[in-house]
Amino acid sequence: MITTTDLTKVYRSRGREVTALAGVDLHVRPGEVYGVVGTSGAGKSTLIRCVNMLERPTSGTVTVDGVELTALSGGENRAGKDLREARRRIGMVFQHFNLLSSRTVQQNVELPLEIIGLDRTQRRRKAAELLDLVGLGDKARSYPNQLSGGQKQRVGIARALAGDPKVLLSDEATSALDPETTRSILKLLRDLNQQLGLTVLLITHEMDVIKSVCDSAALMRGGRVVESGELTDLLAEPGSELARELFPLSEFGTGHPGTTVLEITFQGDTPAQPFVSQLARTYQIDINILGAAVETIAGRMVGRMRVELPGGHQDNVVPIGYLREQGLQVDVIGTANGAAA
Amino acid sequence: MSGLSWDQMQELMWPATQETFQMVGVATVCTVLVGLPIGVLLVLTSKGGALQNQPVNKVLGAVVNLARSLPFIILMIALISFTRWLTGNSLGWQAATVPLTVGAIPFFARLVETSVREVDRGLIEAVQAMGGSTWTLVRKTLVPEALPGIVASVTTTVIALIGYSAMAGTVGGGGLGDLAYRYGYLRFETAFMWIIVAEIAIIVTVIQLAGDLAVRRLANRGRGGGRTRLLRPRASAPAPDEDLVAS
Repeated sequence: MITTTDLTKVYRSRGREVTALAGVDLHVRPGEVYGVVGTSGAGKSTLIRCVNMLERPTSGTVTVDGVELTALSGGENRAGKDLREARRRIGMVFQHFNLLSSRTVQQNVELPLEIIGLDRTQRRRKAAELLDLVGLGDKARSYPNQLSGGQKQRVGIARALAGDPKVLLSDEATSALDPETTRSILKLLRDLNQQLGLTVLLITHEMDVIKSVCDSAALMRGGRVVESGELTDLLAEPGSELARELFPLSEFGTGHPGTTVLEITFQGDTPAQPFVSQLARTYQIDINILGAAVETIAGRMVGRMRVELPGGHQDNVVPIGYLREQGLQVDVIGTANGAAA
Repeated sequence: MSGLSWDQMQELMWPATQETFQMVGVATVCTVLVGLPIGVLLVLTSKGGALQNQPVNKVLGAVVNLARSLPFIILMIALISFTRWLTGNSLGWQAATVPLTVGAIPFFARLVETSVREVDRGLIEAVQAMGGSTWTLVRKTLVPEALPGIVASVTTTVIALIGYSAMAGTVGGGGLGDLAYRYGYLRFETAFMWIIVAEIAIIVTVIQLAGDLAVRRLANRGRGGGRTRLLRPRASAPAPDEDLVAS
């Protein structure tokens, strides 16, 4: 649904060059919620703004729903007719909502409909539908200043959906909201994704956002995507940075000298098996649990446990093999002699 | 003691008041019609604007600055032949309207430019992201969002025009300023002069109050009003936490 190939963006100013994007390949499939995460300066904001050409990429291509936007004419601030047409099918929500204070909630939602060229009655009907959809049917006549942050973002979302887009871009939509409001907005995005089959590309600096709504994610650093994929795959991938960030166990102990520390990740119904006691019984070893957590990621239950087994890696090859046979993902994160799986 | 009776004063003041209103009224309408597009254009053609165009921006800015530098009295004399060509006359309130308008346009355009420039960039991006054209941007976002500032600019311009119109009076434009000058100053009718000054002061005050009220109404849409917000700049949104700003 959204594909970028080798996207680069270089800002030039007084002979100085700043590379914001250094060759980004992104592939967002239809109907999924795709999250791009990274710290400030990673280039994620530039990336999402390149998707609808609010920023012109320096090189590379962007294709949204089969239309190659990079091939359409128009500068950053003055889009050509074709690009404007294409943008009408891409909704966008912003961190600071960007609602017009001179218009009521309903009139704000009607703005994109005016641009599309619907008549007054059609606009009214559509705006009312959209406001009901986001749960603000009773606020049509209010002004943005009378709304809370969460309500403003709901208006922003209703407005973004006005053109019946297939794609919704979310530029830090929840970053200005408190945690509870963030959850309700994310739930709304998830619901819209499922009800309308909307493809959502969101950028955020919060791992919690990725964890609670995304199907797939990409980690950006220094203008590059360092890791990307479906969350369930990423979690099963040994050494995945995203998985570690999504599911940090770093605050747990790292074990004692002369022992082997394992990180065991299980998805779905694997934890139904009592593998810890089975392991202890079968191999007659004492297992020390350093830490464990279970979370729901991308709608699936995922657990991670850090355990300590006596002896070095060589001594524990057989128990590790046993755990892997059970369908568990085992990462050896530290042993007495420093070996790693 | 004044040589003029109250009745005589009234007889003189009434047509002069009308002339002032006519001059200022027509000049204001023309100023807004021409100055508003120029002000918006100054923003659009500036760096990062939707119609970014440095040469046009520079030339337009220079013309505006030049026109603002000319003392009004010189502008008025310099424009006599243009006025005569346009109105068929170089005397009277109609003729005075021409230099008034020409003098006020750059002044008003700069005020409009400042107001429009303050419109949050995020709103401009929102309109662009929904596929709006530059014209849509101007008509549905820039002007409506800047409207409180634009109305305040109109108020300031009207009051400045009332001041200028006194000078226009001295070249046959008529109006209250001219009356105060001719009768009050030249004929030593000091009391009459002060009465006229008081009338002008009342007119200016009423216009200022009406303008402020309109601005407050516009700026407080959905805020429930409140005296404390009168003409105070609206709190702008916190700086967006952008990844990289082109610097």
